[in-house]
Amino acid sequence: MSVTEILFFFLSALAVFSAVMVLVSKSPVHSVLWLIAVFFAISGHYVLLNAQFLAIVNLIVYAGAIMVLFLFVIMLMNLNAETEPQKHMWMKLAGVISGGCLLIILVSMVRQAVDLPGKTALMKEGNIGLIGNLGKALFSDYVVPFEITSVLFLSAMVGAVVIGKKE
Amino acid sequence: MPIQYYIYLCLTLFTIGIVGVLTRRNAIIVFMCIELMLNAVNLLLVAFSKMHHGAALVKDATSSVGIEGQLFVFFIMVVAAAEVSVGLAIIVMLYRNTHSVDINFLNRLKN
Repeated sequence: MSVTEILFFFLSALAVFSAVMVLVSKSPVHSVLWLIAVFFAISGHYVLLNAQFLAIVNLIVYAGAIMVLFLFVIMLMNLNAETEPQKHMWMKLAGVISGGCLLIILVSMVRQAVDLPGKTALMKEGNIGLIGNLGKALFSDYVVPFEITSVLFLSAMVGAVVIGKKE
Repeated sequence: MPIQYYIYLCLTLFTIGIVGVLTRRNAIIVFMCIELMLNAVNLLLVAFSKMHHGAALVKDATSSVGIEGQLFVFFIMVVAAAEVSVGLAIIVMLYRNTHSVDINFLNRLKN
């Protein structure tokens, strides 16, 4: 077992465990912290796949900006485990069962696929994930979507302010 | 690393997100589960991008096949950031009006 495989299984186990803890935690603050652990694990996967730009962007945007926003909102509302609304036990059971059925169906579909066996993802090689190559593609072939993105951000900013302001 | 491992991992993360949306009533947790699903899809896109890149490198050592997948992930992150800012504003407005983040208050948007 090579170092890459050990790292892959460690990061996968960390991601799945943290994702389950996001659901199981009673306090919303703990959920946010576990979700940050999931994002760190996924960033580790990006590094393993040699997608370094996405790894850093994932850390900065998700773990840095979005999760801090979530934490701010939760602390602003003063939510804690006592005020947490709970669903009925049967509703939770039904949700878990239906999710499990979906997982079983998807996994069996992947197992039956004839194209997939023998295909491998290139680990720690290949340079398409480096920032130079991505930047060249972004500013030559994809410059129009990139500029439209700024309009999207402007509209999202205006929308957030309009929705969030007091009447 | 076989691509099936990545598919199984991402399916598991995606299903955990779906179960979270179905079983929790706190609107913020539901929103976080949606982020979890988005991240699972992002990871799968990067894995497939590297799969196609690895297949293309065998024929041509300088090809950049598969770079579109990573750019797509970049744009998904951009859209997710915009979505979170608007979504959290909606949740704050909901909390201000009902003094709760229970999504069952939202089953009828009227009143």
